[in-house]
Amino acid sequence: MLTKHEKELIAQIWDKMIPVACDIGSESLLRYYYRMMTTFPGTKTYFAHLDIRPRSPHLLSHGKKIVLAIAECSKDISSIMVTLAPLQTLHAYQLRIDPCNFKLLSHCILVTLAAHMPDEFTPVAHAAMDKYLSAFAAVLAEKYR
Amino acid sequence: MVDWTFEERKHIIETWGKINVKVVGPLALRRCLIVYPWTQRYFGTFGDVNSAAAIMGNKKVAKHGITVLNGLERAVQNMDDIKNTYAELSVLHSEKLHVDPDNFRLLGDCLTIVLASQMGRAFTPDIQAAWQKFLTVVVSALGRQYH
Repeated sequence: MLTKHEKELIAQIWDKMIPVACDIGSESLLRYYYRMMTTFPGTKTYFAHLDIRPRSPHLLSHGKKIVLAIAECSKDISSIMVTLAPLQTLHAYQLRIDPCNFKLLSHCILVTLAAHMPDEFTPVAHAAMDKYLSAFAAVLAEKYR
Repeated sequence: MVDWTFEERKHIIETWGKINVKVVGPLALRRCLIVYPWTQRYFGTFGDVNSAAAIMGNKKVAKHGITVLNGLERAVQNMDDIKNTYAELSVLHSEKLHVDPDNFRLLGDCLTIVLASQMGRAFTPDIQAAWQKFLTVVVSALGRQYH
Protein backbone atom coordinates (compact mmCIF):
# COMPACT_ATOMS: atom_id res chain seq x y z
CA MET A 1 0.00 0.00 0.00
CA LEU A 2 1.30 3.44 -0.86
CA THR A 3 1.18 5.99 1.93
CA LYS A 4 0.16 9.60 1.30
CA HIS A 5 3.78 10.68 1.67
CA GLU A 6 4.96 8.06 -0.81
CA LYS A 7 2.34 9.17 -3.38
CA GLU A 8 3.58 12.74 -3.00
CA LEU A 9 7.23 11.70 -3.48
CA ILE A 10 6.29 9.74 -6.59
CA ALA A 11 4.25 12.57 -8.10
CA GLN A 12 7.08 15.03 -7.35
CA ILE A 13 9.70 12.91 -9.09
CA TRP A 14 7.60 12.32 -12.20
CA ASP A 15 6.62 15.99 -12.30
CA LYS A 16 10.31 16.77 -12.71
CA MET A 17 10.72 14.05 -15.33
CA ILE A 18 7.83 15.02 -17.63
CA PRO A 19 9.50 18.13 -19.12
CA VAL A 20 12.70 16.13 -19.54
CA ALA A 21 10.81 13.26 -21.19
CA CYS A 22 9.14 15.64 -23.60
CA ASP A 23 12.49 16.94 -24.74
CA ILE A 24 13.59 14.09 -26.93
CA GLY A 25 16.94 15.78 -27.31
CA SER A 26 17.50 15.17 -23.62
CA GLU A 27 18.01 11.50 -24.06
CA SER A 28 19.56 10.68 -20.74
CA LEU A 29 16.15 9.82 -19.31
CA LEU A 30 14.97 8.00 -22.40
CA ARG A 31 18.16 5.94 -22.42
CA TYR A 32 16.45 3.73 -19.84
CA TYR A 33 14.97 1.87 -22.78
CA TYR A 34 18.35 1.29 -24.44
CA ARG A 35 19.72 0.46 -20.99
CA MET A 36 17.12 -2.30 -20.63
CA MET A 37 17.89 -3.80 -24.05
CA THR A 38 21.63 -3.76 -23.45
CA THR A 39 21.46 -5.23 -19.95
CA PHE A 40 18.71 -7.74 -20.70
CA PRO A 41 19.07 -8.74 -24.35
CA GLY A 42 15.97 -10.97 -24.23
CA THR A 43 13.88 -7.81 -24.21
CA LYS A 44 15.10 -6.97 -27.72
CA THR A 45 12.99 -9.78 -29.12
CA TYR A 46 9.94 -7.54 -28.90
CA PHE A 47 11.49 -4.92 -31.16
CA ALA A 48 12.44 -6.85 -34.26
CA HIS A 49 10.20 -4.51 -36.25
CA LEU A 50 11.85 -1.30 -35.00
CA ASP A 51 15.22 0.38 -35.28
CA ILE A 52 16.65 0.05 -31.78
CA ARG A 53 20.11 1.47 -32.23
CA PRO A 54 21.09 3.74 -29.33
CA ARG A 55 20.00 7.09 -30.74
CA SER A 56 17.23 5.89 -32.99
CA PRO A 57 14.13 8.09 -33.08
CA HIS A 58 12.01 4.91 -32.75
CA LEU A 59 13.64 4.08 -29.47
CA LEU A 60 13.34 7.59 -28.10
CA SER A 61 9.71 8.10 -29.08
CA HIS A 62 8.75 4.65 -27.80
CA GLY A 63 10.54 5.25 -24.53
CA LYS A 64 8.83 8.62 -24.25
CA LYS A 65 5.36 7.02 -24.59
CA ILE A 66 6.05 4.70 -21.69
CA VAL A 67 7.48 7.39 -19.44
CA LEU A 68 4.53 9.70 -20.12
CA ALA A 69 2.04 6.92 -19.27
CA ILE A 70 3.85 6.19 -16.00
CA ALA A 71 4.03 9.90 -15.18
CA GLU A 72 0.35 10.44 -16.04
CA CYS A 73 -0.79 7.66 -13.68
CA SER A 74 1.44 9.01 -10.92
CA LYS A 75 -0.73 12.14 -10.72
CA ASP A 76 -3.70 10.13 -9.45
CA ILE A 77 -2.55 6.70 -8.39
CA SER A 78 -5.92 5.74 -6.90
CA SER A 79 -7.43 5.85 -10.40
CA ILE A 80 -4.76 3.66 -11.94
CA MET A 81 -7.18 0.87 -12.95
CA VAL A 82 -9.27 3.32 -14.98
CA THR A 83 -6.35 5.19 -16.51
CA LEU A 84 -4.57 2.01 -17.55
CA ALA A 85 -7.61 0.15 -18.94
CA PRO A 86 -6.79 0.79 -22.64
CA LEU A 87 -3.12 -0.12 -22.09
CA GLN A 88 -4.18 -3.29 -20.25
CA THR A 89 -6.11 -4.39 -23.32
CA LEU A 90 -3.26 -3.45 -25.65
CA HIS A 91 -0.68 -5.45 -23.68
CA ALA A 92 -2.92 -8.47 -23.10
CA TYR A 93 -4.32 -8.99 -26.57
CA GLN A 94 -1.94 -7.27 -28.95
CA LEU A 95 1.54 -6.82 -27.57
CA ARG A 96 1.52 -9.88 -25.28
CA ILE A 97 4.81 -8.98 -23.67
CA ASP A 98 5.76 -11.53 -21.03
CA PRO A 99 5.14 -9.69 -17.74
CA CYS A 100 8.51 -10.74 -16.32
CA ASN A 101 9.93 -8.04 -18.58
CA PHE A 102 8.04 -5.31 -16.72
CA LYS A 103 10.34 -5.95 -13.75
CA LEU A 104 13.42 -5.57 -15.93
CA LEU A 105 12.09 -2.32 -17.38
CA SER A 106 11.24 -1.04 -13.89
CA HIS A 107 14.75 -1.82 -12.69
CA CYS A 108 16.26 0.14 -15.58
CA ILE A 109 13.93 3.06 -14.90
CA LEU A 110 15.11 3.06 -11.26
CA VAL A 111 18.76 2.96 -12.36
CA THR A 112 18.14 5.85 -14.75
CA LEU A 113 16.37 7.89 -12.05
CA ALA A 114 19.27 7.24 -9.65
CA ALA A 115 21.80 8.35 -12.27
CA HIS A 116 19.74 11.38 -13.25
CA MET A 117 18.70 12.72 -9.83
CA PRO A 118 20.93 11.06 -7.21
CA ASP A 119 20.16 13.56 -4.45
CA GLU A 120 16.40 13.17 -4.73
CA PHE A 121 16.48 9.43 -5.25
CA THR A 122 16.90 8.68 -1.56
CA PRO A 123 16.23 5.17 -0.20
CA VAL A 124 12.72 6.28 0.85
CA ALA A 125 11.97 7.72 -2.61
CA HIS A 126 13.43 4.57 -4.19
CA ALA A 127 11.15 2.38 -2.04
CA ALA A 128 8.09 4.43 -3.00
CA MET A 129 8.98 4.36 -6.70
CA ASP A 130 9.65 0.62 -6.65
CA LYS A 131 6.26 0.02 -5.03
CA TYR A 132 4.56 2.24 -7.60
CA LEU A 133 6.23 0.59 -10.60
CA SER A 134 5.40 -2.89 -9.21
CA ALA A 135 1.75 -1.88 -8.84
CA PHE A 136 1.79 -0.35 -12.33
CA ALA A 137 3.19 -3.57 -13.80
CA ALA A 138 0.67 -5.72 -11.92
CA VAL A 139 -2.27 -3.64 -13.19
CA LEU A 140 -0.87 -3.70 -16.74
CA ALA A 141 -0.76 -7.50 -16.69
CA GLU A 142 -4.24 -7.95 -15.20
CA LYS A 143 -6.11 -8.78 -18.40
CA TYR A 144 -3.54 -11.33 -19.57
CA ARG A 145 -5.62 -14.23 -18.27
CA MET B 1 33.29 -21.30 -16.09
CA VAL B 2 31.88 -17.96 -17.07
CA ASP B 3 32.96 -16.38 -20.34
CA TRP B 4 33.99 -12.78 -19.87
CA THR B 5 34.71 -10.66 -22.91
CA PHE B 6 37.66 -8.32 -22.74
CA GLU B 7 35.23 -5.39 -22.53
CA GLU B 8 33.23 -6.94 -19.70
CA ARG B 9 36.36 -7.60 -17.64
CA LYS B 10 37.49 -4.05 -18.22
CA HIS B 11 34.12 -2.57 -17.26
CA ILE B 12 33.87 -4.65 -14.08
CA ILE B 13 37.40 -3.95 -12.90
CA GLU B 14 37.16 -0.26 -13.71
CA THR B 15 33.79 0.06 -12.01
CA TRP B 16 35.13 -1.70 -8.94
CA GLY B 17 38.06 0.70 -8.96
CA LYS B 18 35.62 3.58 -8.56
CA ILE B 19 33.90 2.08 -5.55
CA ASN B 20 34.86 3.35 -2.12
CA VAL B 21 33.89 0.31 -0.07
CA LYS B 22 33.57 2.33 3.14
CA VAL B 23 30.97 4.58 1.50
CA VAL B 24 29.17 2.32 -0.95
CA GLY B 25 28.87 -0.69 1.37
CA PRO B 26 26.79 1.12 4.00
CA LEU B 27 24.74 2.95 1.34
CA ALA B 28 23.83 -0.29 -0.43
CA LEU B 29 22.90 -2.27 2.66
CA ARG B 30 20.88 0.59 4.14
CA ARG B 31 19.01 1.00 0.86
CA CYS B 32 18.23 -2.71 0.78
CA LEU B 33 16.83 -2.70 4.32
CA ILE B 34 14.66 0.35 3.53
CA VAL B 35 13.45 -0.57 0.04
CA TYR B 36 12.88 -4.25 0.89
CA PRO B 37 11.91 -4.12 4.57
CA TRP B 38 11.48 -7.88 4.85
CA THR B 39 15.27 -8.17 4.63
CA GLN B 40 15.35 -6.66 8.12
CA ARG B 41 14.48 -10.12 9.40
CA TYR B 42 18.16 -11.08 9.26
CA PHE B 43 19.32 -8.18 11.38
CA GLY B 44 17.52 -8.83 14.66
CA THR B 45 20.76 -8.53 16.63
CA PHE B 46 21.72 -5.19 15.08
CA GLY B 47 19.57 -3.05 17.33
CA ASP B 48 16.96 -0.71 15.90
CA VAL B 49 16.36 -1.32 12.19
CA ASN B 50 12.67 -0.57 12.25
CA SER B 51 12.58 2.72 10.40
CA ALA B 52 14.46 4.45 7.62
CA ALA B 53 15.92 6.93 10.12
CA ALA B 54 17.06 4.15 12.46
CA ILE B 55 18.62 2.21 9.60
CA MET B 56 20.46 5.27 8.28
CA GLY B 57 22.02 5.88 11.71
CA ASN B 58 22.70 2.27 12.67
CA LYS B 59 26.46 1.71 13.02
CA LYS B 60 26.23 -2.09 12.88
CA VAL B 61 24.41 -1.88 9.54
CA ALA B 62 27.10 0.45 8.19
CA LYS B 63 29.88 -1.87 9.39
CA HIS B 64 28.17 -4.88 7.88
CA GLY B 65 27.77 -3.08 4.57
CA ILE B 66 31.55 -2.72 4.48
CA THR B 67 31.99 -6.42 5.30
CA VAL B 68 29.70 -7.41 2.43
CA LEU B 69 31.49 -5.23 -0.11
CA ASN B 70 34.86 -6.51 1.03
CA GLY B 71 33.46 -9.95 0.29
CA LEU B 72 32.49 -8.81 -3.19
CA GLU B 73 36.11 -7.82 -3.84
CA ARG B 74 37.05 -11.48 -3.72
CA ALA B 75 34.81 -12.10 -6.73
CA VAL B 76 36.37 -9.16 -8.62
CA GLN B 77 39.81 -10.62 -7.98
CA ASN B 78 38.77 -14.15 -8.96
CA MET B 79 36.45 -13.53 -11.86
CA ASP B 80 37.34 -16.82 -13.52
CA ASP B 81 36.38 -18.91 -10.51
CA ILE B 82 33.69 -17.10 -8.56
CA LYS B 83 31.87 -20.37 -7.97
CA ASN B 84 34.66 -21.89 -5.88
CA THR B 85 35.74 -18.59 -4.36
CA TYR B 86 32.30 -18.36 -2.75
CA ALA B 87 31.72 -22.01 -1.88
CA GLU B 88 32.35 -21.52 1.85
CA LEU B 89 30.40 -18.27 2.00
CA SER B 90 27.50 -20.02 0.32
CA VAL B 91 27.50 -22.77 2.94
CA LEU B 92 27.69 -20.12 5.66
CA HIS B 93 24.67 -18.22 4.30
CA SER B 94 22.69 -21.43 3.93
CA GLU B 95 23.57 -23.45 7.00
CA LYS B 96 24.34 -20.82 9.59
CA LEU B 97 22.71 -17.55 8.54
CA HIS B 98 19.68 -19.15 6.81
CA VAL B 99 19.37 -16.34 4.28
CA ASP B 100 16.89 -16.81 1.43
CA PRO B 101 19.14 -16.57 -1.66
CA ASP B 102 16.70 -14.22 -3.40
CA ASN B 103 17.93 -11.59 -0.97
CA PHE B 104 21.33 -11.60 -2.68
CA ARG B 105 19.61 -10.40 -5.85
CA LEU B 106 17.80 -7.65 -3.93
CA LEU B 107 21.04 -6.39 -2.37
CA GLY B 108 22.70 -6.60 -5.78
CA ASP B 109 19.95 -4.42 -7.28
CA CYS B 110 20.37 -1.85 -4.52
CA LEU B 111 24.14 -1.85 -5.04
CA THR B 112 23.58 -1.22 -8.76
CA ILE B 113 21.32 1.72 -7.96
CA VAL B 114 23.88 3.18 -5.55
CA LEU B 115 26.51 2.88 -8.28
CA ALA B 116 24.20 4.65 -10.72
CA SER B 117 23.63 7.48 -8.27
CA GLN B 118 27.37 7.86 -7.70
CA MET B 119 28.48 7.57 -11.33
CA GLY B 120 25.54 9.29 -13.05
CA ARG B 121 25.82 9.21 -16.84
CA ALA B 122 29.18 7.46 -16.53
CA PHE B 123 27.22 4.36 -15.56
CA THR B 124 26.46 3.66 -19.19
CA PRO B 125 24.19 0.85 -20.43
CA ASP B 126 27.25 -1.19 -21.51
CA ILE B 127 28.87 -0.84 -18.11
CA GLN B 128 25.60 -1.68 -16.39
CA ALA B 129 25.20 -4.79 -18.57
CA ALA B 130 28.67 -6.06 -17.61
CA TRP B 131 28.11 -5.22 -13.97
CA GLN B 132 24.72 -6.96 -13.85
CA LYS B 133 26.23 -10.05 -15.50
CA PHE B 134 28.92 -10.04 -12.81
CA LEU B 135 26.33 -9.72 -10.03
CA THR B 136 24.25 -12.53 -11.56
CA VAL B 137 27.29 -14.80 -11.36
CA VAL B 138 28.00 -13.71 -7.78
CA VAL B 139 24.39 -14.29 -6.72
CA SER B 140 24.37 -17.70 -8.39
CA ALA B 141 27.62 -18.73 -6.68
CA LEU B 142 26.33 -17.61 -3.28
CA GLY B 143 23.20 -19.72 -3.76
CA ARG B 144 24.99 -22.75 -5.09
CA GLN B 145 25.68 -24.68 -1.90
CA TYR B 146 22.11 -24.49 -0.66
CA HIS B 147 20.40 -27.84 -0.57
